[in-house]
Amino acid sequence: MAVIDPVLETVNTVYESESRRVLATLIRLLGDFDSAEEALHDAFRAALEQWPREGIPKNPRAWLVSAGRFKAIDAMRRLKRFDSLDDGSSNPDLAVTDTAAWADEESVEDDRLRLIFTCCHPALAPEAQIALTLREVCGLTTEEIARAFLTPAPTLAQRIVRAKAKIRDAKIPYEVPSRGDLASRLDAVLRVIYLVFNEGYAASSGASLTRSDLSGEAIRLGRLLVDLLPEPEAIGLLALMLLHEARRAARTSPSGELILLENQDRSVWNRALIEEGARLVERALESRRFGPYTIQAAIAGVHAEARTAEDTDWGEIVGLYDVLWRMDPSPVIELNRAVAVAMRAGPASGLELVERILARGDLKDYRFAHAARAELCRRLGKLTDARQSFERALALTKQEPERRFIERRLAELR
Amino acid sequence: MKYLCLVYLDKENWSAVPDAECADCGQGLRSRGLLLAAEPLHPVETAATVRVRNGAVSVTDGPFAETKEQLAGFYLIDARDLNDAIQVAAKIPPARKGSVEVRPVRELNP
Repeated sequence: MAVIDPVLETVNTVYESESRRVLATLIRLLGDFDSAEEALHDAFRAALEQWPREGIPKNPRAWLVSAGRFKAIDAMRRLKRFDSLDDGSSNPDLAVTDTAAWADEESVEDDRLRLIFTCCHPALAPEAQIALTLREVCGLTTEEIARAFLTPAPTLAQRIVRAKAKIRDAKIPYEVPSRGDLASRLDAVLRVIYLVFNEGYAASSGASLTRSDLSGEAIRLGRLLVDLLPEPEAIGLLALMLLHEARRAARTSPSGELILLENQDRSVWNRALIEEGARLVERALESRRFGPYTIQAAIAGVHAEARTAEDTDWGEIVGLYDVLWRMDPSPVIELNRAVAVAMRAGPASGLELVERILARGDLKDYRFAHAARAELCRRLGKLTDARQSFERALALTKQEPERRFIERRLAELR
Repeated sequence: MKYLCLVYLDKENWSAVPDAECADCGQGLRSRGLLLAAEPLHPVETAATVRVRNGAVSVTDGPFAETKEQLAGFYLIDARDLNDAIQVAAKIPPARKGSVEVRPVRELNP
């Protein structure tokens, strides 16, 4: 019979809820990721030894930060005995003696933000930003991240080692960016979160449970960011992810086949997530400082509010795409707008716009552009054109459920 | 997760790291709850390789492969993930003279 040790259980619970906060503060105090991670380990080990004897401290977080810092100083002293390479260049903030200053609510929450901004620093490669954020901010293990991204664990481990070395060598400061830099730096953070979300969302098929966990992790990150820094676009991104997540169960059939929005069973959409997403969209829009994530969330919100596909307010969606296109005049947004126009005013007017984009050559290797042309041609009875475009889309897709979807369409046209 | 850190050194560097330093490293890891076992090995000349074929035991001298670096010792550690294990491996003193191979330990599925 396993005897459950109540102190061990408490330590585990505290690890779950506090370890990322303690780490974020230790990085600030020690000035280095590796030392902070070692100190975190040592602090929790000390808790396992001391809490059963001395009782659980009133403020476990402050206790752990203090224990971690003490252990780190100890380790540095020990290291000095052998490490001749020590040039004294690392100058951690060890002089702090006021415990309140390193564990009060406000500075700890600031530390979490510092950690997020440092992990998503533009000097790091995008894949390094993702790996570092998932490991340091979310607490995933290297092996878990590797499995989710279908990458060998040693490759991912190397990415993390290099990213930390880059932070150290380039002396990337551990700070929340100043007002002037905030917008662009926040953009980088939001991009990392959205990439993690999409990695989990686009890959949702029956066999890839671990990958859909990535979407959950991204939503958790999005919530944390909104708590720490309620900027309109952070709110908009969280809304966008929730509104997409709400449709997850309806997106694929039990056998893993893709189901288009218009054919989804809307009764299985998650109403609670839709309502939360809609409230967040409102909140972001009211700020009048919103950006592309908020508009995309608003578009997802219009879809979510339609009881049936036929009820969709396509006029509203075209209008939102117009706003989005003015913020970010990219051909992908133009394509999405063209599809919305087709839904509002008929396939012929949509097709004209899609063909204009394709004729410019901007999206000639973008599978969704060819799939959109194919679909509109099919609806107009131009079956040869439809077949050609579906074949082009099929050649460009790398995703199994998408491939099967296009193959089914092609079979129907034969 | 358990990881086996295999230390490889070439002949010239076999004794380049003082035993005291390795003992200290092992002691440090043990006191931090990271070390399950660690031992240094005698050079490959002392090795005997055992095989059983058709029920008969055969013994040969040394390992067959003539590689420059030879297995000089091991650390069996308990770490949260591969990056934590790498961090430990980087602190094993012979890592500065030879190399340390980090391998996750597999669970038997009997």
